[in-house]
Amino acid sequence: MAATASKPYGIIAEFLTPADAIHAAEMVRDAGFRKWDVYTPFPVHGMDQAMGLDNSKVGYIAFAGGLTGYFSGMLMIWWMNAVDYPIMIGGKPMFSPYGAFPPCYELTILLGAFGSLFGMLALNRLPRLHHPLLKHRRFALASHDRFFVVIETADPKYSETETRKLLTSAGSQRIELVEE
Amino acid sequence: MADVIANVEIKGPPAGLEREPLVLNQRGLGWISDAIAGVAEGKTPLWWWIAFVPSVIAMSVMGAMIIYLLSTGVGIWGPGHPVMWGWAIINFVWWIGIGHAGTLISAILFLLRQKWRTSINRAAEAMTIFAVMCAGIFPLIHVGRMWFGWWLFPLPNQNSIWPNFRSPLMWDVFAVSTYFTVSALFWFMGLIPDLAVMRDRSKTKLRKFAYGLFSLGWTGSNRHWRNYEKAYLILAGLSTPLVLSVHSIVSMDFSVSQLPGWHTTIFPPYFVAGAVFSGFGMVLSLLIPLRTILKLEDIITVRHVELMCKVVLATGSIVGYAYAMEFFIAWYSGNPYERYAFINRAMGPYAWGYWVMIGCNVIVPQCFWFKRIRSNMLIVFILSIFVNIGMWFERFVIVVISLHRDFMPSNWGYFKPTWVDITTYMGTFGLFFTLFLLFIRFMPIIAITEVKGVTPQADPHHPLGGAKSGGHH
Repeated sequence: MAATASKPYGIIAEFLTPADAIHAAEMVRDAGFRKWDVYTPFPVHGMDQAMGLDNSKVGYIAFAGGLTGYFSGMLMIWWMNAVDYPIMIGGKPMFSPYGAFPPCYELTILLGAFGSLFGMLALNRLPRLHHPLLKHRRFALASHDRFFVVIETADPKYSETETRKLLTSAGSQRIELVEE
Repeated sequence: MADVIANVEIKGPPAGLEREPLVLNQRGLGWISDAIAGVAEGKTPLWWWIAFVPSVIAMSVMGAMIIYLLSTGVGIWGPGHPVMWGWAIINFVWWIGIGHAGTLISAILFLLRQKWRTSINRAAEAMTIFAVMCAGIFPLIHVGRMWFGWWLFPLPNQNSIWPNFRSPLMWDVFAVSTYFTVSALFWFMGLIPDLAVMRDRSKTKLRKFAYGLFSLGWTGSNRHWRNYEKAYLILAGLSTPLVLSVHSIVSMDFSVSQLPGWHTTIFPPYFVAGAVFSGFGMVLSLLIPLRTILKLEDIITVRHVELMCKVVLATGSIVGYAYAMEFFIAWYSGNPYERYAFINRAMGPYAWGYWVMIGCNVIVPQCFWFKRIRSNMLIVFILSIFVNIGMWFERFVIVVISLHRDFMPSNWGYFKPTWVDITTYMGTFGLFFTLFLLFIRFMPIIAITEVKGVTPQADPHHPLGGAKSGGHH
């Protein structure tokens, strides 16, 4: 496996403006690549379409979290106040969905928020402590003011000369290989 | 990249209709990183120590007061018959109200697409979290035996008894703890890309490790941004009903009771408006000095301050309306106890507190109708402090004046705080400012990535964003 270990992670092309990066993303998308990405200092509007990405799945996870919060809250309050240890207070019913609603409302939001943040992290395979790009010396600019298109060598369509040509024609002035 | 991009001509709307840009002087993307991240880099400035040392001392005083309270009992505080709820509840409601501006700015203004929020949301969210921490201390310590504080949560205890979920005080436990947790999650999520900025700029190993750890390996990948933006939108959507519910539920602690002055249906919306009002007051008090000291006037512009003043004006007017409506309903209800409670507020022994409240909350914000006042930073700063004073007195009026004269004159009394009440309250400022100063020193105090996102350089359809004139991008 020594041969694959020295294989580069991918090819990185630097762009100066979001418009250039979107233009390049459209070209890479149309060329049919699968394992590639665009790295930007902020979310660029229109980049999802330019990369051909569909809608994010975070919403389903958050929704499941919210439902869990609401119903587990109702179940908990009913069981605690009406089943396990009923106490008569002020002549109120032992369990009423109205009195139980405020805590359940809060639990809906709480677990929905957990679903949203942790769902986002899970879908993004984060946290991770290491990434080949983070070792690359110019990549720190991806959080500053530059835009990078990276095509991985693992992509079936990858070829060092052809891919480099494609990125040059997209207008990148600086194209380099990234070590694994 | 040059700091100022000068040679691009931008066509704007016709004269008189253009808005001031959110970032002044056409600052580039790199300048934004340098200006904001630079605050948390380099040598600790002298002013920071001058503010930090007294804050830590005040925080220690608070700690000492809590130990005194724990070892002696709640008798060292002012409350007693008939005013059984004193400063602890006033301070709790006051701090939690201040905490409402952060979520309002980060969530509601996000859903309303108010792009100016990006310059102030991070600091306001931090303020929220620290204010909720200060608030949370009071209900915990005012129960007297605070080592039983965990009985508030539905955990099995030695009496095998469960909390009573029919009580609004129990709803409050859920509302406040959810509010703290979700605010902290929202804040942290916004911080992830900015901590990655800090990591990428780090010069020392320790900083690189610490920022790297907390940025969770963020790379700025667009596949990640796609999930991130969706999650942010959902969190904003969840935080909006949350922020409206928290102070509503706090108000139910009062309004579900039978006491004249508390038992009113107007309380939830009136408390929420008051909370936003006081929160924006505190944001103004914090950010006006900071933008000058940290030289961030190009990012937190006069326009931002003016817009916040308008929010203060709007919510202050709602609060003023609520005061008037309370009086009207007291008269219209025909209930003599209800009427007496309100006449006693305005003309009784605590009338001074009532009129301080009216002056600060109803009259002061009306100054913000004038652009000349809104754009004078010194005057706005002073008025914002009056807002905070006024909102503290609002809670004083509600808690103390409603309680001090019960239905029968034999149940009347005059509440006075003790020195322990006062020093504990002052001590929470120490806690608040200690945390806030640490935040300024180590975190990006403005959302770097979000501010970049609202500049013309970030717009692929704008010439500064690289759009070719006439053609499709």
